[in-house]
Formats: sequence, C-alpha cells, structure tokens
Amino acid sequence: MSGNILTLLVAVPAVAALLLAFVPRENVPVFRLGAAVGTVATFLVSIVVMADFAVGTADMQMIESKSWIPEWGITYILGLDGISVLLVLLTTFIFPLVVLASWEHTDRAKGFFIALLVLEAALIGVFMALDLVLFYLFFEIMLVPMYALIGVWGGANRRYASVKFFLYTLVGGLLMLIGILYLSFQAGGSFAYADVLAVDLTRGEQIWLFWAFFLAFAIKLPLFPLHTWLPDAHTEAPTVGSVVLAAVMLKIGGYGFLRFNLPLFPEATDLYVGPILAAGVIGVLYGALVAMVQSDIKKLVAYSSVAHLGFVAIGIFALQPTAASGSVVQMVNHGITTGALFLLIGFMYERTHSREIAAYSGLMKATPIFGGLFLLTTMSSIALPGLNGFVGEFPILMGTYQTVPWAAITAAFGVIFAALYLLWAYQRMFHGPIGGHATTMTDLNTREIAVMAPLVVLMLAIGLYPKPLYDIVNPSVEAVIQQVDADLAAADTPATEAETALEGEDQ
Amino acid sequence: MTSLFVHPVLAQTGAQIVDFPWAAISPELVLFGVGILALLLDTAGVTPTGRNNRNRLQASFVAGGVILACCGAAYWQNSSTSGSNVPLLAGIVAIGAVVQFGLTAWLKDTPRRLGAVISFLGFAAALGVTIWQWQTYAGQLVAVSGGQDAVALVGTDSLLAGMAAVDGVALFTRFSVCLAGMITIPIGFAYMEERQIHRGEYYPLLLFAATGMTLLAAANDLILVFIAVEILSLALYVMAGLAKRDLNSQESAMKYFLLGAFSSALLLYGIALCYGVAGSTNIPEVGRALASLTAPDGLTVVALVMLLVGFAFKTALVPFHFWTPDVYQGAPTPVTGFMAAATKAAAFAAFVRVFVGALAPLQWIWAPVIIGVAVVTMIGGAVLAIVQTDVKRILAYSAVAHAGYVAIGLVSISPLGADGTRNAGRESVGAILLYLLVYTFMSVGSFGVVAFFERRLKKSVTLDDLRGLGRRYPQPAMAMGLFLISLAGIPGTAGFTAKFAIFRAGIDAGQLLLVIVGVVSSVIAAFFYLRIIASMFVEDESTASLAIADPPRSDAAMLGIGLAAVAVVVLGVLPGALVSLAQQAGTFAG
Repeated sequence: MSGNILTLLVAVPAVAALLLAFVPRENVPVFRLGAAVGTVATFLVSIVVMADFAVGTADMQMIESKSWIPEWGITYILGLDGISVLLVLLTTFIFPLVVLASWEHTDRAKGFFIALLVLEAALIGVFMALDLVLFYLFFEIMLVPMYALIGVWGGANRRYASVKFFLYTLVGGLLMLIGILYLSFQAGGSFAYADVLAVDLTRGEQIWLFWAFFLAFAIKLPLFPLHTWLPDAHTEAPTVGSVVLAAVMLKIGGYGFLRFNLPLFPEATDLYVGPILAAGVIGVLYGALVAMVQSDIKKLVAYSSVAHLGFVAIGIFALQPTAASGSVVQMVNHGITTGALFLLIGFMYERTHSREIAAYSGLMKATPIFGGLFLLTTMSSIALPGLNGFVGEFPILMGTYQTVPWAAITAAFGVIFAALYLLWAYQRMFHGPIGGHATTMTDLNTREIAVMAPLVVLMLAIGLYPKPLYDIVNPSVEAVIQQVDADLAAADTPATEAETALEGEDQ
Repeated sequence: MTSLFVHPVLAQTGAQIVDFPWAAISPELVLFGVGILALLLDTAGVTPTGRNNRNRLQASFVAGGVILACCGAAYWQNSSTSGSNVPLLAGIVAIGAVVQFGLTAWLKDTPRRLGAVISFLGFAAALGVTIWQWQTYAGQLVAVSGGQDAVALVGTDSLLAGMAAVDGVALFTRFSVCLAGMITIPIGFAYMEERQIHRGEYYPLLLFAATGMTLLAAANDLILVFIAVEILSLALYVMAGLAKRDLNSQESAMKYFLLGAFSSALLLYGIALCYGVAGSTNIPEVGRALASLTAPDGLTVVALVMLLVGFAFKTALVPFHFWTPDVYQGAPTPVTGFMAAATKAAAFAAFVRVFVGALAPLQWIWAPVIIGVAVVTMIGGAVLAIVQTDVKRILAYSAVAHAGYVAIGLVSISPLGADGTRNAGRESVGAILLYLLVYTFMSVGSFGVVAFFERRLKKSVTLDDLRGLGRRYPQPAMAMGLFLISLAGIPGTAGFTAKFAIFRAGIDAGQLLLVIVGVVSSVIAAFFYLRIIASMFVEDESTASLAIADPPRSDAAMLGIGLAAVAVVVLGVLPGALVSLAQQAGTFAG
C-alpha cells in the first residue's frame, strides 16, 4: 500500500477546491460536479484506508511523517487510531450527501462548493493530525469556510451568527495555542504528539493547560454553558452548513477531549471530573427543556444537539471504558441522525420557506415519504432500541452508572425529555388534518430520497449490529482510559515510573 | 542581572569581505543613487514653458556619462589589485548607467512611468545587493558566532569606523523595506495618477525614505540612528502631504511633522544624555560603559526614558500612538501602506539594536516598562479600532495593535525568565524580524486594496462603501479578505506564522501573561477584521457601494496586490525557508 494515503485523503478535496478556483464563476454545473467528484473520490480513498486499518489495536496506524518547519520542531504527522478512523469515515461519508443535497444550489456556486471542499479537507485533517501545530492549523482553518457558509449563504441574522461562531471558536483555539506552545517548550521544542505525551508536567501546569485545551473543545462540542453560539449558528446556517456543523464539526470537541485532555493531563482531569459531569448533565437537561419550548423546528434540533453532546461529554469524563466507547459511537450516531434531521428540515424549508412548527399540520398524509423518513430519524434521535441512537446512549449511561451513578441517573431523564419534545413536535407537524404549509408541500423527489437512503441504511445497520463500530473503537478508548488510570495511580510514585508507563503506551 | 549580558566584543575579526568599507551600506547607496537619478531626470524635463523631454534625455546621458567615467576610474585603479571586488562592482554599476539611459530614451515621453520603472529597478537592485551581502557575510558570520551563546546579539561586524553594522537585523530589514517599496510602486501608480497627485518627487522621496529606513536598521551608532530617522522622516512628511489640495492630507503631513519633530527631539536628547553617561555614541561602546556602572544614576534613567519615548513614537506604541490614525488616514493610501510597513520594520530594528545593544545592562528598568507598554498597545489598538468606520483608520489602529505584538518579541529578548537552555534571545530577534517582514506584505497589500477601491469611489472608504463588493469585485475583495484573515492570524496565512513566532518567543522567555494579552487582543482584532470582511461578503450592496460603477480593469495595482497575496499564502503554508533565514538573522543580530 502506498505510504501517503492519509495525505491523499486531505489532498483530494483540497486539490479539487484549488482546481475549481480556476474555473470562471459562470459555469455553475462544473462546480457541483467538481465537488461531487472530489467528495466521492475522498470517500473511496477513505474506504481503502478503512480496508487497510487493522482493527483490534490501540496503536496509531498508517503514520506518515514529513519534515515541515524543522526550525520550530513542527512536523507533518498524520495517523489514525480507532477513535479518529471512525470520525474520518463519518466526514467522508457525509460530504458526498451534502453535495448531492445542494445540487440545485446556484447562488454564488463557485464559492459555495469551494468552501465545502476546503471544509472537508480541514475536517479530515483535524482528526488525523498528530502534530499539535498541524492540528491547530486544521482546527482554525476550518473557521474560514464555515464562517463563509453561514455568513454568505445564511439566513436573515447571518452576520451576527457567523461572527459569534467565529469569535467563540477563535477564543478557544487561541487559548489552546498558548497551551500548545507551552507544552512544546516543556517537550524540548517538539510539537509532535508522541513527544508532548512524554512530557512530565507538574500538577499546577496540568491544571492550567487542562483548562486551555478544555475550553477550546468545550466551546466546540459545545458544552453547557459555552453552547450559546450553536443555536444561532444552526438557525442561520444554510442546510449544508448545519449538517456539516452538527454531523462533523462538533465532534472535534469530543475527539479533542479523548485525544488531548485525558492522556495529557490525567491528574487535572481527575480533579475536575465532578464539575464537568455536572455541566454535561445540565447540558442534557437544559438542552432538552429549551428544545421543548422552541417554535422553530431547526432551533429545536439545534438544542437537541446540545443535549446529545452533553451525553458525549458525560461518557468521556466518566473515565470508564464502556461509557467512553459509547461516547465515540454516539458522536458517529449523532452525526448521522442529526445530519439527517437537518437535511429533512432543509428539504422542507426549500419548499415552503417556513420552519415554524405551528405552520404545519398533517404532513404525514400530505407527504408520506417525507413523513416516514422524519419519523424514523426522530426515533433514532430519541434512542429507540434497534436504531443507532440507542447503541450509543445506552452504553454511556451504563458505563457512567458504574463510576458516577448520580450523573447517569440524572442524565437518563434527558432521554425521556428527548422523546417528549421530539415526538410532541412530530405530532404537531405531521399528524392531524392537512393544514398550513402542508397543503402546498410536495413530497421528496428522487434526488432527495437518494440523499436520505444511505443515512437510513446506516441508522438501521448500526442499530441492529453495532459490534463492528465497537470493535474499532474499544481498543483505542480502553488504552486512553487505562493510561489515565495508570497515570493517576503513578501520581504518588516517583515520576520515572510514570514516564515509563507513558512511553510504553506510545509504542 | 547584568552578568547575563556579558558584552561580547563581537568578533571584530577582520571579517571585511569587501575591500572598501562603504560596501557595508551599499544597498543604501544604491537606493540613494537611484533616488538622485530619478529626481534629476524628473527636474531636468521641467522647464518654465512646460515639459521638455529632450532635456530629460540629455540629463540622463550626462548622468550616465559621469557614472561611467567614475566606474572606469575605479576599474583602472583597482584592476591590478588581485582579489579586488571593485572591478566587478564597477562593471555592474556601469551596466546600471547604460540601463537607465536606455530606459530614459524609451520612456522619455511618459516621465511618471519612467520614474516608476527606475524606482522599481532601484528597489530591486538594492534587494539584489542585500542578497549578495547576505551570501558573502552569512558564511563568515555564522562561523564567527556559531559557537557562542545567546549573548551574541550585538553586531558581529561593524564597518565605517563602527558606524554601520552588517548583521542579520540590518540585512533582513533591508529585505522588508525593499519588498515594501517594490509592491508599493505598482499599487500606487494608478492611484496617484487618478488623484492627480502623481508628482515627480514622489519616486525620489520613496527612495530617500527607504534609504533612511535601511540605514536606520544598520545604524550601529546613536548619531547615525538619529540621522537615519531624520532622512526617513523628512521624506515621509512630504509624502504624507503630497495631496496638497486635500485637507486631510495636509492635516496628516502637519501632524506627522510636528509630532515627528517632537519625537526626534526627544530621541536626540536621549542620545545626548546617553553620550554624557557613557562617553561614546557607539552602541556596543555604550553597552560596555553602562555595564560597568554599579548602579544607574538619574541621568542614565532619564536618557533611557527619552530613548524609549522616542522609539515608542516612531513605532506607534500606546500611549505614543495618537498621531497614527490621523496620519495614516490622511496620507495618500499607497504611502500609508509603505509607511506603516517599512517604517515599523526599520524603527523596530533600531529599537532592538539600541535597547539590546546599548541599554542591555538597564534591562531590569526598561523591560517592565515595555511589558506595560506592550499590554496597553495590544489592547488599546484593538479596542480603539472597533469603534471606527473608516477602513484606513481601522487598519491604522490595527497597525498599533500589531506593534504591540512585536513588542512581545522585544521583551522576550530579555534574559528575564529565560531558563538558559534555549536560545531565547536569538529566537526572539528572529521572530521580530519575521513578524515585520510578514507585516510588510499584509500591510502594503491591505492598504493597496483600499487604494484600489478609493480610486473607484473618489473618496475615503468606509465600511458602508465596501458593502457587497465581494460580488462585484471578487478578486480585490478576496485579496482583502486574505490580508485581513492573515492580520487576524488564522493558520495557513503568513500572519499566523508571524504570530506563532512571536508567541513562541514569548512563551519560551516566560512571558506567559503577555502572550495571553496578545491572545485577547487577537480576538478583539478578529472582530473588526471580520467587520470589514462581513461588509464585503455578507452584507448586500448599499447605495454608496453601488456608486462604484467602474468595471474592474486589469492594471498594475492588481499585480502588486497579487504579489502580496501570494507571499501571504506561501509564507503561511511553507514558511520553513523564511523561518530559517530569520533565525540565522537572529543568530548574528544586534
């Protein structure tokens, strides 16, 4: 197998974007076609990567390392483990669907599709980067296309939402940058993940570095009370913006916790588990309660995201392997389910230009395919057993119960609330006599069904047989949690022992 | 504290490569000579009755003849000396003399174009000479200082009786200044033409200002520092007021002149007191003299404060920044871009040299002061920019904030907090130089785009005027977006590379708090950069912006903007070579 396949994964969408930049902007079909080719090719490459990926080991695989800025100890390193490979696959899987969903997008199509491709490259890169500066590069660079998607193609209040999104994430990112610089200084000038992992930090250093990283990812996830940018961004973003944001971008938060916060700062993590779990639980309940009172269906789904991602944070910071694995799977599932919900809402909005729940009635009769798909996706979102939502949330609760029972018990109410607000909204919009915008609404066309089909298949497949996902995730997650436990155990013993344990972990 | 700064008497090991001392300032000589030539050619063509292009040709011929004669004499005198560089140099200068004559003959009917081409070639030649200097000196200087510690910060080789230093700081700043000039010329050409302020003295003044700037970066003697400051300032005062029918431009020139004179006076007073204390104006000498003082007396502190204020004025650090917005706003926009970028590069180079070279023993006094100044500069510049609506004013305040970031590097040179294992001093000097070079591209580029829109608007550009221009002028608007993103420090652009270097130097030197302030300032700054971007791309067109009716034409301005944009992207993605260059410059800096 060629040694540069991970680079290829980032390069394909990036090169596609570059090539499209030279096409005159009048040629609208060229851009969507180019974007389709680029995203599908990326997906095919990711399939090859997956085929190559050795399941059942916690090691970083397919590592590619090249000199980049040696003067500053910055290296270009890409690699995958069980956690990142799933998120990369999710990204490459979502993007062709997103391009297909925006097939009829003609407003400044050049910028639109180029922004999508750049976004994809950055998102794939962020999950694979194993050098802290490279990670930061991808982490921040994706702000620009996302800002453009919300700001240029967004709704009426787009300016406010896009700036808020940008600044929130920038604050988090820059705090993390200080942390990265400090870590590298401690690591003798190297920014490589493996070198940084081997640094022995004092408790005080761990604490402030933990927060520098934590805030960046907590904003991204987003964790209560740092979530306020998300509903605005979701409401104003165009459909594809919301889909990418919900399906992939938010996952960087959970990924960052697992990749950086837990392994690098185990002592600090242990110290703050309580407050973070509390924030997660509040996020779950608060998100659900606020979702309940929304009159805009898109905003409702946005708040449901806050709740679902609260579960992810709980699962990770329960410091328990089952729960953490559940969190990774939940991230994938949330990407599929919430992505599907945003797509469906987008299809509806394109037809009627209204997202008010009260403006619809009896959609089930008027548009049975749309209604059926919406019902299935809703069921997945409320974690009905047999669908994918369940197989993530249940292990989170189960695992968390073993270490922190109170968090699991209170968070479980969130599951009930989710059923409440989603089904209630569903009932109001889809049942009853045909009325409001439902009278003029047409059912989904073939293209839109084609967009939804792969998502539905995955919802069922993962729901019925989640084992392959867990096989991929478990070793890596277990290694992280075990390492944290080992570090905590070694915290009292001399530092040299802890160092050996860390190096053994590296490879 | 002083023990950390054992003054290296800096390897005066006869590292003179060139066999005549003036070679140390050869880029300045090139810039100055071309400036004189441009002035001569312009004035020669102006007669009481109007233009006379034949006079211009004659002047060019005479000048060329004189230069050729001098070259011939130099060649004849040195041709027998083996290993002499003079014959080669004489040959190159002779080619230059012929080229200028050819150009004059070709462009004698379009004097402005002639001035532009000659000045551009002048900057290019100065850049070439700098590269040549770099290559000749780099090998030797690295060999000299290679084994030394972080203390090897001050000029490793001085020429002209110690007046001018030939080291990384001087050479690197020449890169910045020459590149700024080369980009400014195409950006400014059509702008000056359309505002009808394309006067003949513009190009000579540009070259004289650049002469002063490069000289300032190379000055290793406080007297030369002052002379260089005056050379560049006098040229810039006139350039700021070139649009003499425009009240804003007049105000700009007047303010700049008065406050500039004031700051020069302070600087001179500081120099005089410094001489009183140290008994010398040579920067390393002053450093040695001060290091031998057991405790600084009042006079020394006053001298220090005077110098600090003088340099803070020139680099526009808060609270000595208040001339910046007015001057930057009123001056013709291409001049503003050049002024913001190149003056800053030169003034900071001198700042570093004087404070680390001469005043290092007093670091425990000035470092805390500069830390405070850096904090208020970063925050103040960013906050004040938020409430502006005029794009040039926003960029002016952003320039203030950026000066604050550079000041982080200045403090990080300080051995305060450095753990001794890392070569923090060298890194910091490299970071400062890198930042200033990168800022050159961002600043000249962004003011260039403003100039582009001003030409179509026939007035100064406000945020409202920019609305919706992303749709109608995608190329300049995208370039502006790129410069602004780079100024905000988003990775993938040169601005990130620069900010990363500065923050890294700060962290390595233990200035964590300062870096955190830098981060806060960056976020505030991102807000107003986004306001400009949002005006162009997010907002719909306004009546004001719709008034910009001209279809975009291909012109030289886009070439200049494009060059800057390419530099911003390349230095953002693959900065390795430049980083290494800047670090080498830091290695034998001073």
